Amino acid sequence: MGMVAAGISFDSMKLRPQPVKLRAGFRHLSNYEATMVFLTRRATFSASHYYWNEAWSAEKNGQVFGRCANRNGHGHNYTLEVTVSGEPDAVTGFVVDLKWLRDVIERDVLAAYDHRHLNVEVEEFAAGKLIPTTENIAISAWRRLEPAVTAAGGARLSRVRVYETPEIFAEYRGEL
Amino acid sequence: MKAYFGRRYTLSASHRLHSDALSAEENRAAYGKCNNPHGHGHNYVVEVLVGGAVDAETGMVMNMADLDAVVRKQVVERFDHTNLNLDPVFSECVPTTENLCRVVFELLAGEVGPAKLAQVRVEETENNFFEYTGQ
Repeated sequence: MGMVAAGISFDSMKLRPQPVKLRAGFRHLSNYEATMVFLTRRATFSASHYYWNEAWSAEKNGQVFGRCANRNGHGHNYTLEVTVSGEPDAVTGFVVDLKWLRDVIERDVLAAYDHRHLNVEVEEFAAGKLIPTTENIAISAWRRLEPAVTAAGGARLSRVRVYETPEIFAEYRGEL
Repeated sequence: MKAYFGRRYTLSASHRLHSDALSAEENRAAYGKCNNPHGHGHNYVVEVLVGGAVDAETGMVMNMADLDAVVRKQVVERFDHTNLNLDPVFSECVPTTENLCRVVFELLAGEVGPAKLAQVRVEETENNFFEYTGQ
């Protein structure tokens, strides 16, 4: 997609976990029994949005959504927490390589959401398709991330949590 | 599509950890500084997590204004700026944060429909917290 970060094109970046050198002193840790570990990477993005249901009157939108229904929009500094789970690799001790996960989050979510107006510029929310509530952002971020995590093998996506403010968050765990 | 919505609230309250079933020495051994006779206080953070289907019309699991109203009425107005030991709910049990966490869960469990209460987490300080999922 031609997105460039630190002078490296994502097209050429190897978006899969890379092996690392095992430190000699920790070799005994590769002898453990199968153990499931959850690993979380946090990222932030800033975006604007508003809540509006096209099927409703302006009055009802205001009544249900309050100040969030101001159609000029408003913004948040969002925090995204992506949790994957799996067994630590016997050689690297990693569930997944955190650098790899960072790049996947950057490519698949932040490149689309960061410094954007969610209602206007982001495909899944645009033209009134889906209201960009915190719940729907969590579900949409999951859908964006899940294919890459699953394709990499070794770990599965367990949870996506989105903080709209430090006091408000939503999470999706892949449940239907 | 099931998702979860979480919200954090703060309340300030005092408590003293002391059990009438224990001797003075045993209380001191079990609770340490928390057993000091005149109590002490915390700025508690109560984190409420509700789960349910995301409503197709609103995009929400539960309207935050409704959740705020319930938590304010059931929890914040009851416990904020009070001495927890004097609340009737703690007449039979010690107001540890474990018990506060369970009490908050019970006070909210039937009030968050159509969502379901998934978890209550109470942070007593920045470094310790307790979670209860109703199990």
